[in-house]
Amino acid sequence: MPITYTSGEQVEVYRFSIPVTVGVPLLALFIQDFLPLRFPGFAKYVDLPLLVTIFFAMARRSPIAGLFTGAFIGLAQDMLGHNPIGIYGIAKTVVGYGASSLGVKLDVENAGARFLVTVGFYIVHSAVYFTVARALVNMSQSWSWGQGIVAGLVNAFIGVFMYFVLDRFKQRT
Amino acid sequence: MESVLGRYRNLIILVGVLFLQVLGLAMQVKRNNDALQDTRLIRIWVVGAISPFERGLVWIRNSSGGLWHNYFYLRGVRAENRELKQQIEQMRLEQVRLTEDAAQAHRLQALLAFKEQYVAKTVAAQVIGSSGSDFSRIINIDKGENVGIRKDMAVITAEGIVGKVILVYPSVAQVLLISDQSSGVGALLEKSRLQGVLRGTATGEVGLEKVMSDQQVELGEKVLTSGGDQIFPKGLPVGTVSKVGSGKDLFLNIKITPAANLSRLEEVLVLLEKQERQATAEDNVRVRAADILAQRLPSVPDRPTADAKSVGAVTEAGARPASGGAGVGANTGAQATESATKPSTSGSGSSVRQPDTRKPSAQAAATQTPKVEGALTTSSKPKSPAKTQAAPEKPVTTEQKAPSKVPHPEPPASDNGPN
Repeated sequence: MPITYTSGEQVEVYRFSIPVTVGVPLLALFIQDFLPLRFPGFAKYVDLPLLVTIFFAMARRSPIAGLFTGAFIGLAQDMLGHNPIGIYGIAKTVVGYGASSLGVKLDVENAGARFLVTVGFYIVHSAVYFTVARALVNMSQSWSWGQGIVAGLVNAFIGVFMYFVLDRFKQRT
Repeated sequence: MESVLGRYRNLIILVGVLFLQVLGLAMQVKRNNDALQDTRLIRIWVVGAISPFERGLVWIRNSSGGLWHNYFYLRGVRAENRELKQQIEQMRLEQVRLTEDAAQAHRLQALLAFKEQYVAKTVAAQVIGSSGSDFSRIINIDKGENVGIRKDMAVITAEGIVGKVILVYPSVAQVLLISDQSSGVGALLEKSRLQGVLRGTATGEVGLEKVMSDQQVELGEKVLTSGGDQIFPKGLPVGTVSKVGSGKDLFLNIKITPAANLSRLEEVLVLLEKQERQATAEDNVRVRAADILAQRLPSVPDRPTADAKSVGAVTEAGARPASGGAGVGANTGAQATESATKPSTSGSGSSVRQPDTRKPSAQAAATQTPKVEGALTTSSKPKSPAKTQAAPEKPVTTEQKAPSKVPHPEPPASDNGPN
């Protein structure tokens, strides 16, 4: 039964089994790593680890769990690249914290809400990444609202379907 | 105090986690030179967890694809086979010409004591993954330290260069693509020989930097490696110029389309070993540049065998390089003799003018042959016995008498001989 309003007492908190907690982020990282070889534009528009972060953070509804989920997934994503470790880590920590905090207050079982939340957090993630990469690492980055919004919509579209699949792994506390 | 901590517990933990990550980031940035090596142990966990799956998936894809393409989907194979055979024929002809040109260049390099770089050993590797991020253009390959891959080795395909190895694990290596903004490759333009630095951009394009704006660069001009980065050997294809515009600080803004398709890489070659050695001409098989050129021109009718002895006295004279410098194409006494029986071969940089050397009279031709400088050369063409005998070191000059009779030269050995 989906939660449709946001009373603190009635918010449903979910947990996940260890294989799902470890396996789903790893699978997301693997697909994110592998698909760009076949579909060159994939990495430009899709960020599966981010979608997984948002999903787990919203489902757990615990800011601390959310920020650590984001931090671990982000750091793992950093380790696959060659840039300094921590850029994705910081961005996804912020998103994890924000998504779980939002999950406490909003109905996040609804597809429309999930779509908008994902678009919003994609842009937040891009903004934090851009800021950290430029300010701390001195990487040359260019900001494009157009690309950010398009990529946000693409991610949200994929995310809505992905969340629907991942909902099956939820366990009530 | 406790109530404040309890109230803002989440926020405090968030700030703490962010602070730790910023600290870690700052430490990596500060030690920028070896940041990748410093974090190698941490990175290996994730790469080690992901790469077996990637390797497995690539194996499954290749196996199933191979089964389908090799045993079932053979449509159009005969036609393709025919086309390929035609291509082979054309390439064989081209190869003969290029071999001769290469030999000629080789002799020049030897003369000028150039050092040549050779790709001595390579290993083929399969691309199994990428960084999965648009901000880090790297690929993972399925070979690593176990087969001798080391950091900073060049990675190429048959089409052109791909990048360099930046991190090596036992069975996986990470390759930084030339389109990444942190990469840099020494490059030069093929025609104009202008040198620059090839760099990737944040958007994944490749540009040639440090070419002055007063230089002329043509669209479509090929770009090669210059060898200046000490990673890629000189002369490997990089790409073609796709856009030229004015950049900042008196430099041109040149965009390059990479020769290798960087977004669809499947197999690559890692250059395990480069050898640098001084170019040497092959002494045991000598032929003059003039002979090579002569082979491409029509031959003259057979002629009675001449007095080999008289020829031998002058033939090898030109084998020693002239003190005057680059002597490729310059004539020796032997050339003088051959010029009587072979068509005009005054090309290849020779300043000698040979008026109507196709004249049948050997004597006439010999006497007409003017200045003689040293000649260098090599070739697969067998030498006549006369040439292998007496070989006076003294270069033949115009004052020397050319033989009155010359033997008819042997027919050219190469496939593209007189035609």
